[in-house]
Amino acid sequence: MSGRVLRSPNPSQVGFPLTRRKFLVGGASAVGAAAVLAACGSDDTTDAGAGDDSSGGGEAAAASGTVRVGSNYSDAKPNEALKAVLDAFPNKDVTIELNEVDHNTYQEQIVAYMQDPPDDVAPWFAAYRLVPLASAGLLLDISDVWTNSLDDILSSGFKQASTYDGKQYLVPWTFYSWGIHYRKSVWDSVGATPPEDWDGLLALCNELQGQGITPFASGNDGRWPAMGTFDQINFRLNGYQYHVDLMAGNESWTDDRTKEVFARWAEILPFHQENPNGREWQDAGQAVVDGEVAMMTIGNFVGDLFPAEELDDLDFFPFPTLNDEHGQDTVEAPIDGWVVVAEPQNEAAAKEVVAYMGTADAQNTYLSIAPGVQAPAEGVDTSAYNALQQKSAELVQNAANVTQFLDRDTLPAFANEAGQAFADFLNDPSNIDSILEDLQSKAEALL
Amino acid sequence: MTTAAEPSSTEEQAEPTAAESDDHASTQAAGGKPRRRSQFVGTDRRVFLAMLLIPTTIHILIVWIPTILSIGLSLTKWNGIRIADLEWSALENYDQIILGAFQQDFFQALLNNVWLLLFLFFGPTLLGMFLAYLLDKSIRGSRIYQSVFYTPVVLSLAVVGFIWQNIMYDQEFGLATWAFGGGENVAWLGNQEFLFEFGGYGLSKNFLAILVAMAWRHTGYIMVLYLAGLKSVDASLKESASLDGCNEWQTFRHVLFPTLKPINVIVVVITVIEALRAFDIVYVLNTPRNTELLSILTTDNLIGEGADNIGRGSAYATMLFLLCIGFVLWYVTNHYRNQEASV
Amino acid sequence: MTDTATTVTTAAANPTKATKKIVTKKKPLRPARVVLHVFLIVMGILWLTPLVVSLYASFRPFSDTQANGFLSLPSSVSFDNYKAALDQGDFLDKYWNTALILFPSLILTLFLASMIAFVASRYTWRFNIFFLVLFTAGNLLPQQIMVAPLFQAFRRIPLPEFMSNSGNLNGSNWAIILLHVGFQMGFCTFVLSNYMKLLPKELNEAAMVDGASLWTTYSKVVMPLTRPALAALATLEFAWIYNDFFWAVIFEQRGDDRPITSALANLGGEFVTDTNVVAAASIFVIIPVMVVYFALQKHFIAGLTLGSTKG
Repeated sequence: MSGRVLRSPNPSQVGFPLTRRKFLVGGASAVGAAAVLAACGSDDTTDAGAGDDSSGGGEAAAASGTVRVGSNYSDAKPNEALKAVLDAFPNKDVTIELNEVDHNTYQEQIVAYMQDPPDDVAPWFAAYRLVPLASAGLLLDISDVWTNSLDDILSSGFKQASTYDGKQYLVPWTFYSWGIHYRKSVWDSVGATPPEDWDGLLALCNELQGQGITPFASGNDGRWPAMGTFDQINFRLNGYQYHVDLMAGNESWTDDRTKEVFARWAEILPFHQENPNGREWQDAGQAVVDGEVAMMTIGNFVGDLFPAEELDDLDFFPFPTLNDEHGQDTVEAPIDGWVVVAEPQNEAAAKEVVAYMGTADAQNTYLSIAPGVQAPAEGVDTSAYNALQQKSAELVQNAANVTQFLDRDTLPAFANEAGQAFADFLNDPSNIDSILEDLQSKAEALL
Repeated sequence: MTTAAEPSSTEEQAEPTAAESDDHASTQAAGGKPRRRSQFVGTDRRVFLAMLLIPTTIHILIVWIPTILSIGLSLTKWNGIRIADLEWSALENYDQIILGAFQQDFFQALLNNVWLLLFLFFGPTLLGMFLAYLLDKSIRGSRIYQSVFYTPVVLSLAVVGFIWQNIMYDQEFGLATWAFGGGENVAWLGNQEFLFEFGGYGLSKNFLAILVAMAWRHTGYIMVLYLAGLKSVDASLKESASLDGCNEWQTFRHVLFPTLKPINVIVVVITVIEALRAFDIVYVLNTPRNTELLSILTTDNLIGEGADNIGRGSAYATMLFLLCIGFVLWYVTNHYRNQEASV
Repeated sequence: MTDTATTVTTAAANPTKATKKIVTKKKPLRPARVVLHVFLIVMGILWLTPLVVSLYASFRPFSDTQANGFLSLPSSVSFDNYKAALDQGDFLDKYWNTALILFPSLILTLFLASMIAFVASRYTWRFNIFFLVLFTAGNLLPQQIMVAPLFQAFRRIPLPEFMSNSGNLNGSNWAIILLHVGFQMGFCTFVLSNYMKLLPKELNEAAMVDGASLWTTYSKVVMPLTRPALAALATLEFAWIYNDFFWAVIFEQRGDDRPITSALANLGGEFVTDTNVVAAASIFVIIPVMVVYFALQKHFIAGLTLGSTKG
């Protein structure tokens, strides 16, 4: 089965579904896809990147020596937080060498980086985005770390998001969720309340515009922010499974259901800031901070733009319902984590470090300095969460389905093409038919 | 300060001794016609080979062998990781690019390279030539002006990209917005609309904005080249032309311009090559939509996270290479032939 | 006086031509001259504005320029952005990284290029033009076409640990040096061969008669006369190699080992970028190259025009 997976893996096979039941109860076979996963688990054929399983977990036979950790946490707060976490690494026989590279270059260069890795442990993303690396044998199988220390403290949903072809390659570290973010004080002053459904949203937009406030902030420089809006409308309208199938190339971009997504999107486009393609998301977010624009479809990290003392004023609500069949059953909550490279110089220490990163201690330390995200380990001090973090964590826990993000749920090459297509759409919505035809031909060529 | 002038003075010390040379052919200096195989014997022969082969080996290993390998890779499908995964795919990559799913991207990028070429000729080249002409007029502060226009040329593209993205073209605070926005925000780099369009292809507004940034950097370079050319034109020539009652334009057109032919050739070569190879500034500006160039498509498909098929990236690279190489070989071969003939 | 730079340039570009006497005429100030100066001053200001405004912004707090624009009067002026850039970017280390790549590349490139230019332009033999074409054409190819095979080769070539952090050629300074040398050699060979061609042909014969070996002819006769061209190329290549960031981004995966131009990207945060700190960092990046440019301006310009005015 690994051959089939290599060609064009169905995301549901790589630990996509973080269903409510699995999340809370840890039942491993909540949906069919999970059953497939269970079958993968028993498949022992070592494919690629599987290191020897002897030196697992590493908490008993303590490692020593130097271990090299890569970091793309180039923002001030996350950077400081990560350093604090690594400083607190309990095994003092291990020296940690930190290699800092800037976030965007790291992502762009990931394949080159992993082919001749300068580090033993490196940051990466969960789910489908693991597949190209894991299937090419660039990552170390760390299933033993999971068996030895992580199974007890991480729910199976997170485990599945870390799994490819029955083996675990990632230790989940933080996550955040997407929704519509706004400033409470601004909304209070105009008497606005979060809408439940699409009509409510349109009414609100009209109302806000009538009062001279631009409803939606929009900055699509970098071409990923628009993916967030697309995902929201898509799974609200067509459901979680459609998202999965579309990302995998099993549904068509020229299908009427896909076109409907863009039709709905076009309905709210006039309520967005103009020229989104030339605006960085930070500038769009800043307009919300400044109270010039009412709301923004974005991840929780928009909180990083708020001065600490004004963070309480930030709130968000899930994207409104578009189709009663699906309600608000899906949440987009990308998971960031840590991987071990295929041939680490110090495997024992590398595994010990990633095992440590999975613990509540490490994650608590991180959140205490960088509160823009939430952490997955059981025992993380959720009472220290601010209101936004609490709301987000709750939302994720109660969701029937959790998606990652368009560029994490499909092949990176195709995600690039989708990003360009969305930019074209924002530029000229009337041109959507030919844009989608072009995108579909790319999906067929790439997926 | 005077080192640059040395060759002209030392030349006199090296008095011609050719007549005393018995074996003329064995010591052929540059340009001599007879060719014999064994100019050198013994140690000289080994030294000659070493001086020839060491640099050549490095150059071929770094430049030419990878180039040829890339052409080979363009006929494969490969994720660029394990050689065992490499699959022969014949012309499929080219088919996808020229006729298939990537057709639109490819031809728009090619068209952008053409726009760039035309722009460089009619923008920076003419402006650079004009500035050189003005600065050649022994005016006060000429050297300062030269420094000013040339300064952008020595900046790293990493810096140039930052300046234009954040200082000039920021849609809210950028100087371009301040000067031309009339109080409104302007999406200089974000507006991918075509200025004019035919059949789905065109010249986008944001590409035009990038062209202006390129002009900022390119004009000084052209200016310096023409300035050097103008300085080498005999002053008496300019003098006599104006005495003959030519006006400025006539002097330039009929007297100066013809003498600048060697510079014109160089400028044409530089412009064509630069227009084909242009990469950095678009890359550092994060390649706004519709500003793709062939080099950008190549890079995206070779080294980005989305580069899942090195074969396709190599096919882009090969086409870029083919566009360059004919022109390059024509020019370079001519250059050395002429030189050989003229010395 | 205004003409010295370019006069010398011309002489350097045409070593066989005697330096022309430039007649500088003092002309009375005519209206045409005024128009000329006004035009040049306006153009000059336009040309410098992007740089000057970046410099100005680098001394002001981000919040100030965000609120009031780049051209407003400053609320406060300080070196805070420079301190922040130093802290976040480790620029002093990055200067050192650049030096470790720059100087070996520069010396090797000039040395190797001068050898090939010497044998291929001072002597005529069956394939000399072929070699000159090979090198010059090689320099004019797009870099992208070499990237994939080079990366695959470099990551498979082991190096001892003292030479490379990664244990491979990839990820070491040697890789970047090799790339610069292999690639830049083409341009230097082009310029040096043009220059050497213009030295009197009798030099070689004279050396021969004196019983000088090939190596002596190269090192004692031709090279000293080529010094101006070497100086010009050295300044030009200094800027080019210094400014490059493409190779380092691909072949150097450790942030700490990257040269200063690539390090500029390190300040572009994942979520928030402080434009004015990046402006300060940009100033750090351009200082060395500006110093070299203004100190060695005539060589700089000579380097560009050497290959071009004759041929």
